[in-house]
Amino acid sequence: MLLLIPLFPLVGFLLNASFGRRLSKGVSGTIACASIILSFAVSAAAVARLVGMPADEREIAQTAFTWITSGDLSVGLTLRLDPLSSVMILVITGIGSLIHIYSTAYMHEERDPEYARYFSYLNLFASFMLVLVLGSSFLVMFVGWEGVGLCSYLLIGFWYQKKSASDAGKKAFIVNRIGDWGFILGVLLIFTRFGTLDFQDLARAVSQLSPEQTFGTLSFITLFLFIGATGKSAQIPLFVWLPDAMEGPTPVSALIHAATMVTAGVYMIGRNAVLFGHAPLTLNIVAVIGTATALVAGTIGLVQNDIKKVLAYSTVSQLGYMFLAMGVGAYAAGIFHLYTHAFFKALLFLGSGAVIHALAGEQDMRKMGGLKKDLPITYWTFVIGAIAIAGVPPLAGFYSKDEILFKSFSSGHTWLWAVGLLTALLTACYMFRLVFMTFHGPSHHGNHEHSEHHENPGHHLHDAPLPMAIPLVVLAVGSIAAGWVGIGGRFEKFLEPSFGEPVASVTPAVEHSGSAETLLMLVSVAVAVAGIGLAFYFFLKNRPAADRMAQTFSGPHRVLENKYYLDEIYDAAVVQPVQIVSQDGLWKGVDVGVIDRLVNGVAQFVGGTSEILRLFQTGSVRAYAASVFFGVVLVLGYYLWR
Amino acid sequence: MSPTLNDYLILSAILFAIGTAGVFLRRNLITILLSIEIMLNAVNLSFVAFGRSFGTADGQIIVFFVMTVAAAEAAVGLAIVIGLFRHRESLNPDTFTSLKW
Repeated sequence: MLLLIPLFPLVGFLLNASFGRRLSKGVSGTIACASIILSFAVSAAAVARLVGMPADEREIAQTAFTWITSGDLSVGLTLRLDPLSSVMILVITGIGSLIHIYSTAYMHEERDPEYARYFSYLNLFASFMLVLVLGSSFLVMFVGWEGVGLCSYLLIGFWYQKKSASDAGKKAFIVNRIGDWGFILGVLLIFTRFGTLDFQDLARAVSQLSPEQTFGTLSFITLFLFIGATGKSAQIPLFVWLPDAMEGPTPVSALIHAATMVTAGVYMIGRNAVLFGHAPLTLNIVAVIGTATALVAGTIGLVQNDIKKVLAYSTVSQLGYMFLAMGVGAYAAGIFHLYTHAFFKALLFLGSGAVIHALAGEQDMRKMGGLKKDLPITYWTFVIGAIAIAGVPPLAGFYSKDEILFKSFSSGHTWLWAVGLLTALLTACYMFRLVFMTFHGPSHHGNHEHSEHHENPGHHLHDAPLPMAIPLVVLAVGSIAAGWVGIGGRFEKFLEPSFGEPVASVTPAVEHSGSAETLLMLVSVAVAVAGIGLAFYFFLKNRPAADRMAQTFSGPHRVLENKYYLDEIYDAAVVQPVQIVSQDGLWKGVDVGVIDRLVNGVAQFVGGTSEILRLFQTGSVRAYAASVFFGVVLVLGYYLWR
Repeated sequence: MSPTLNDYLILSAILFAIGTAGVFLRRNLITILLSIEIMLNAVNLSFVAFGRSFGTADGQIIVFFVMTVAAAEAAVGLAIVIGLFRHRESLNPDTFTSLKW
């Protein structure tokens, strides 16, 4: 049964990849949607069975076949469903289905083979992602881990004729490879230390040990794994690829670069909660990195003008929140935020996609404005998403974000809590800046270069067509209601078996003392409302004030607009040295100077010798006969007169 | 006075030298083939002479083998010569140097 879950999208991929050239858009779109929806149905059935089991025994495992047997190592292609992976598969297949449906309309202007190619990638991605979350060992997870990286590369560079898109694809792939290097090292270390790659065996082995108070093997293992997570989940220092990934089609950004793939790192830490729990030093690093990422990305998001870039930085920032939760040992809260975030971030991306679609590809918010009247469905669903991410009750984002902030405060990380709160303010602010710039105020579109597009009287602003509107509405409902499952800690209790016994010394027993929690809740709500208010003042009521602010703080503003010059710094610190070493050292020095000269030298030696030897090859039969004759005479003579 | 083994061997050597000279000096493929036949028969002669001298049949048996091989060689050789002649309208071995690099 579990096998079917990743198998359906894989079949969809194979069909579209093999026959896509000959299929019409309708057929290839239907194949893709049907396969992911079937997968969703099976997932729902499997999760229903899981929930029906007693709380402690919630686990379904299925081994497809033994994959590798070598010495002590035996790895089966085993899928395992437990509460943690059940949340993940529902998010992947559920939100994935909506995005597939949305894509059928969004990608409609592509040519037929391109359309099929797009859907085959999308299906392949879903399949790999499901393998990633269902895999019962590091090796199976790694298959999915690399697979989603590949699909991400393919989809970011989907419009490969565009240089920036293919560059962004390569950037994502290379940055991810750096993370994977850490991941592989971590996995190898685990194998040498524990002799197993199975998550459950590993957790059992680790729980025998006492938590590491100094930097030891466990800390190294977890640190390497975390490097992998920073690559895949876009954390400092490897987050630079995610904003560039917005070159891909918008539904891809929604599915891969907001809702699912980028959460793989968070999931991986949650999956190995016991392991990380025994390495408190690494957990601290995780929490600090997560918080720093949340703040840095939030500040950058505040000044970006590309609608998708804002959402991209917002994603990085929210992922930072999840890592903060993981780092303070609040695994359930982190996964809860992952789950609610998937709803509203997918909604926001799809909403921005609807805007971009309506404006024929325009992404610059300064050229938008006043779209509220023309795009009512998009507007209202988008506002719901924005409120949800800002953290206003009773929408989804409030519950998860509040949970994370509460957990970080109550576990004694007051500083991280304060920064998290500041980030919450920023989140509310930049999200509503986006809403106000895009949907409110005077209209800026259609008066510049877009006027020629509007010569066609049939092409006026149109709201999302039905296949796009339905996912928007469903996701909006989800963004409102998804958080309700967490009321009273039910979600947490459901997930608990997946994280093993909490390590007492790391996570002090959190007392849900009513008064403190209520106070903190009020604070975070106040902060969210304040953020919205700030955005309202600066970007709707008093627009010149925002420009004046930007001028007063032109220095910091420029730094933020240029994303802290991180790309430039990486370029100078990493890319240029690598290029110089590769070009002048390895290429012109080693390759041309040593390897080529060696090979050419051998060839020249053989050639020169042959020049001499060929003189013997006269081609005259009689000369050959003479040499044979005299040769025989010489040999015989030697034996006769010896 | 009947000829001794030495006489046969001298005759054989003379014939062999004639054949060799023919192979080296003549410029006609057919003549060269004929010269090769002379060389073979020179060897045959010495075989038979040795066989008679030692009083065994070995020499004559070997000669039969040499004759079969010589017949086959002549057939193949002549066929090649005809083929070459059709190509080049010449029987001079010096014109067939295209195997030279």
